[in-house]
Amino acid sequence: MKLTKEQVLHVARLASLSLTPEEEAHFAGELSGILDYVETLNRLELPPPGLHVSEDMSEPTPLAADMPRPSIPTEEALSNAPDHSGSFFRVPRILEEGR
Amino acid sequence: MSAEYEMVVGLEVHSQLLTRTKLFCRCENRFGAPPNALTCPVCLGHPGVLPLLNEEAVRLGIRLGLAMGCSIHQRSVFDRKHYFYPDLPKGYQISQFTYPLLTGGGLTVRSGEGTREIRIHRIHLEEDAGKNMHAGIRDASHVDLNRSGVPLLEIVSEPDIRTPEEAVDYLKKLRQILRATGVSDGNMEEGSFRCDANVSLRPGGSSVFGTKVEIKNMNSFRFVHKALLFECERQAQLLDRGERVVSETRLFDSSTGRTLPMRSKEEALDYRYFPEPDLPPVVLDPKWIEEERSRLPELPHERVARLSGEFGIREEDAEVLVLEEDLSRYLEEAREALHEYAGKGGWPVEQGTPRLVNFLLSEVLREWNRKGPAILTGSLAAREISYLVALVVEERLSLNQAKDVYAVCIESLRTPREVVAEKNLSQESGEDALGRWIDDVVRENPGEVQSYREGKERLFGFLVGQVMKKSGGKANPQKVNRLLKEALSR
Repeated sequence: MKLTKEQVLHVARLASLSLTPEEEAHFAGELSGILDYVETLNRLELPPPGLHVSEDMSEPTPLAADMPRPSIPTEEALSNAPDHSGSFFRVPRILEEGR
Repeated sequence: MSAEYEMVVGLEVHSQLLTRTKLFCRCENRFGAPPNALTCPVCLGHPGVLPLLNEEAVRLGIRLGLAMGCSIHQRSVFDRKHYFYPDLPKGYQISQFTYPLLTGGGLTVRSGEGTREIRIHRIHLEEDAGKNMHAGIRDASHVDLNRSGVPLLEIVSEPDIRTPEEAVDYLKKLRQILRATGVSDGNMEEGSFRCDANVSLRPGGSSVFGTKVEIKNMNSFRFVHKALLFECERQAQLLDRGERVVSETRLFDSSTGRTLPMRSKEEALDYRYFPEPDLPPVVLDPKWIEEERSRLPELPHERVARLSGEFGIREEDAEVLVLEEDLSRYLEEAREALHEYAGKGGWPVEQGTPRLVNFLLSEVLREWNRKGPAILTGSLAAREISYLVALVVEERLSLNQAKDVYAVCIESLRTPREVVAEKNLSQESGEDALGRWIDDVVRENPGEVQSYREGKERLFGFLVGQVMKKSGGKANPQKVNRLLKEALSR
């Protein structure tokens, strides 16, 4: 299945990526290869994705007791962010929608 | 709206759960902490971390499912829902898509004179996002991630709702169930109960759906009602002009009462759902379902049936008392005060409760609808109403007099006590006045009192007569009897 350039750009926009013309061509080919492989997998008769847990396969998801543990200090939480203001993360202004 | 259209509404409610910790990490789930004080690498979306599901959140989901008659699925699956927004640090929300925890169930709403069943489509677990702040900040937005990862149940109804009134009743009842079961505090101001609506119109009698519009930002029951009315009218006008309704998301603006389109997105949103690879399916232990069943309290509809039987009132009246929390609290406080009056007056409280409830449903409810919750405080606080009802039970006021007094109180912001005293309403002669007359009679008739105390009990009748005379026949004889006996035994 050959992807068009428009489809590649659509996926790129959804992922907030900007691509150079060379990358567009490159990913059109690479993504097509991945889709072809998924096509192959789709021909297998498999249980619905995600739902299947049987005794000989994996364990169901583990659960945690609802007991609080200390959070990390605010300074540490903010330390990896590109920008902060007081105790808040600071990001480029999000336009208020609908106004 | 032209009568030929039928309104079709489905509601989506996001309700925060009353767990101590978040859904996938053990940071505290708490409102009002300083910004970014309740975070960790998991809810900050740092690379390499693994989510660990909170058992209590699953149990609360089961409990809500039991309360609403849903199918509880032994297996459910978490999926990733992708979108980019600064309040979502991972770039995806962990939600449930294909295999939710709960499906089906429903609740019964008032519809005109009757009731209608609103079916539930699905209820699933998901994590909340952080909070963005824009106001008063120039050229930037601020993000607080304390809310990131807080457990939510998203409750999606079928498009079974046909009027704004049904929508509001549905929301009130759902919130009541969430609160009664301890699943959520349902606090709309703090955002723990949030609602979106899908609204479309279709020609009356049609069974196909029209194009639907999603409405967001309705953070009170009143706003839901307003937004639905406005949207319905807007769509009807479009259709009347032969135009078509555009499928879009609109925000309700409470300052104008209108809905406005959100900036149209350049592309249709594609959430790219897929099963969360870090979380194998949730498999319920069947014994949890029985445990949660045993934790179910009296549910609101059961309480309605009980109150209706207990007080001999219509179910829809009982429902008002259960649904409107300020009225419900008022009734409870008034009942307590009525116990005191019953004790003092020497009558069984059961004699007064139905009168109290009826007074509340007629007089108080009418004024509450007209003037709002302010009439439940101050000079008309709960115990004042009990006082008024006690006067009626003790036959010192007729019911009509009590209603008149209440009306005067409402207009003049005075207490029933003041109004009754001022109007010198005949049978109202409080214990103070009675006490004075009795003291006078005792003082003025020392011989008779002496003889009575020495055993001539028939003189009691004479003394009662003297008190009644002094009151000009206004005193309540039973009360005179009791107070006089007390005075004579001193």
